[in-house]
Amino acid sequence: MRLAHRMAIESEWIRADMVEVSEFPYLITKYQVMGVPLTVVNETTFIEGALPEPVFVEEVLSALPAPSDGGESGT
Amino acid sequence: MAFFDERTRMELQRRLADMVNPVRLVFFTQELECATCRETGQLLRELAEVSDKIRLDVYNFQLDREQVEAFGVDKIPATVVMGERDYGIRFYGIPSGYEFAALVDAILAVSRADSGLSPETRGKLRQVKAPLHIQVLVTPT
Repeated sequence: MRLAHRMAIESEWIRADMVEVSEFPYLITKYQVMGVPLTVVNETTFIEGALPEPVFVEEVLSALPAPSDGGESGT
Repeated sequence: MAFFDERTRMELQRRLADMVNPVRLVFFTQELECATCRETGQLLRELAEVSDKIRLDVYNFQLDREQVEAFGVDKIPATVVMGERDYGIRFYGIPSGYEFAALVDAILAVSRADSGLSPETRGKLRQVKAPLHIQVLVTPT
C-alpha cells in the first residue's frame, strides 16, 4: 500500500487508492479477489501479494502500453 | 468511545512531530447506508486533533457533488490525503489496523513532499507519461 501511495507522490501521472474491499463487496466479484493484497492497475494488470519495491514498480509499469517508437520487435 | 487511548495518542504525536508542511485530509461521507462512515469520521477527527499541521475537511457524498466530482471520489467512506497539491492518494473504507499505519505513512510522505522511493524507482517513474491508476485491495487486519 505504502509503495503505491509513494509512487503517486513521485509522479503526477499516477494515482493510488487503498480499498478496504470487504466494505465494497461488488469489487470482490468484479476483480475476482481470491487473496489480498491484490493490486489492480488500470483495470488490466493484476499483482498478487506484497512485493519488494523494484519488483512492484516493474509490475505496475507493465500496465503501460509498450512504446510504439520502434525499438524491440515482439515477433 | 475514543479510537486512540492515551498511549496511542502520544505515539502518534511523536510520529507526527516529523511533519514538515501542512496536510489536508478531505473526507467524503454520508449519514445513511454507509456502514463505516461514522467511525471513519471519528477516527479522522481524532487524528486531526493530534497535530495542528493536519486539517480535516468533511463533505457530504450526496450533497457536495461539486467536490465529489473535483476529487473524483466514487465510493464512501473516502479520504483524500493531499498537500499543496492533490497527489491522487485515496483511502476507501475505514483506514484502521494496518491501513491506519499506511494512512500515517501517507500523511508523513505528503507532508515532506517526498516519496522516499529509491533513486532507481524515481528514474523509472520519471519516464511515465501516461495515466496509471493503482488500486490496492486489502481486507481488515
